Amino acid sequence: MKFVTEFRDADLARAVAANIAEIAAPGRHYKIMEVCGGHTHTIYRHGIKDLLPENVELVHGPGCPVCVLPMGRVDDGIAIAQRSDVIFTCFGDMLRVPGSKGTLLEIKALGADVRMVYSPLDALRLARENPDRDVVFYAIGFETTAPSTALTLQRAKREGLHNFYVFCNHVTIVPPVRALLDSPDLRLDAFIGPGHVSTVIGCRPYEFMSADYGKPVVVAGFEPLDLMQAILMLMRQLAEGRCTVECQYNRVVPWEGNQAALRSISEVFELRPYFEWRGLGFIAQSALRLSHAYADFDAEIRFDVEGVRVADPKACQCGEVLKGVLKPWECKVFGTTCTPEHPLGALMVSSEGACAAYHNFGRKTFAVTGAMR
Amino acid sequence: MCLAIPGRIVELLDADLQLAKAEVGGVRRNINIGLVGDEANPIAVGDWVLIHVGFALSKIDEVEADLTLRALGQIGKAYEDEIADLRQSQIT
Repeated sequence: MKFVTEFRDADLARAVAANIAEIAAPGRHYKIMEVCGGHTHTIYRHGIKDLLPENVELVHGPGCPVCVLPMGRVDDGIAIAQRSDVIFTCFGDMLRVPGSKGTLLEIKALGADVRMVYSPLDALRLARENPDRDVVFYAIGFETTAPSTALTLQRAKREGLHNFYVFCNHVTIVPPVRALLDSPDLRLDAFIGPGHVSTVIGCRPYEFMSADYGKPVVVAGFEPLDLMQAILMLMRQLAEGRCTVECQYNRVVPWEGNQAALRSISEVFELRPYFEWRGLGFIAQSALRLSHAYADFDAEIRFDVEGVRVADPKACQCGEVLKGVLKPWECKVFGTTCTPEHPLGALMVSSEGACAAYHNFGRKTFAVTGAMR
Repeated sequence: MCLAIPGRIVELLDADLQLAKAEVGGVRRNINIGLVGDEANPIAVGDWVLIHVGFALSKIDEVEADLTLRALGQIGKAYEDEIADLRQSQIT
């Protein structure tokens, strides 16, 4: 049964690929950006690139919340983690992201109490169980993850905890996309909208991309067939001169988003006036911090975080890959000085990073998809 | 990677704390269901939800859950890592 459905999916994918090839106007080069790191992963894992005609190019966007944090924010986290009174908690991905002098995993080996948690609620439990220590949660992620941090903080407040803090590095998806649309470096034709961010914010926030910039957007699911269908929907819009936001992932994504999640974000967080993004520089109102009502839980206030600005190492071209100006393999140090075992930048560490995805899957799947044809 | 993975609600634990027990990738763990369901359509045992860092983000149907699980099964290590991380979770 499993074999049959997989085979049918491959057939369907080929059928969709044929439709895309048919619609693509010869002599025109299409550039479609997928914003979401999860989509980048799927694209490489399944060799989607090879199912598309030569003149339809996929460009990777900055949708990896680990990758877009500048090194200074990693250093700030490490500085907090090195305090003897702190239990520092974070998601697994953050442990190996390079700061300027090392990673959280390395300082853990040197004796810092750094613990991986699956959920911010696990960090909250640690705070309850260790009343004599300060427990800090390194919050990262786009709007997909912010509601989880928000609900955790609401509960911390309800319980009157005095030893739980959040080091907030949540970022929002619309401002960097707008920055890319404004950028002279890129000339994109259309966008594949993020899947899980959209379950929270819905599809409305992308309307400015069609209305103001004339770019079609299709929000897509994570299966290879979902992405192929989304690309076909975009190509049809471009061929028919339509320009609007559509949702391919409507089995999961509500058009208006998740109201409970959005309410929690607006209660607990506020927008920072600006925030620095790796590769994109400072962007206004693009990141969250704890609102005044939650100041008691703000690690940046409690620990007087220095806020160091650290430039990427000279060899690093993370910024250009994040903006879609360079492909991972075009980076000078890709696969040589920078590998998953010895990463120079976050894009090689995080499983949503374009470089890690390509390194792990990209080069092998060319052979596989060649056999499929 | 902080994936969103399908899980089936097997027990409602605490309405006040909005906690439920879900079966996810063969593992039973507590999750928060405060972001899904409402008074008109509360979350019930047997429902499938998409779970992200210990929180249900969206209610999905069984067909979608099955499709997603199949797709996740193909991504290998990232999914295995996510389930391994989930095994260490003890939400109370």
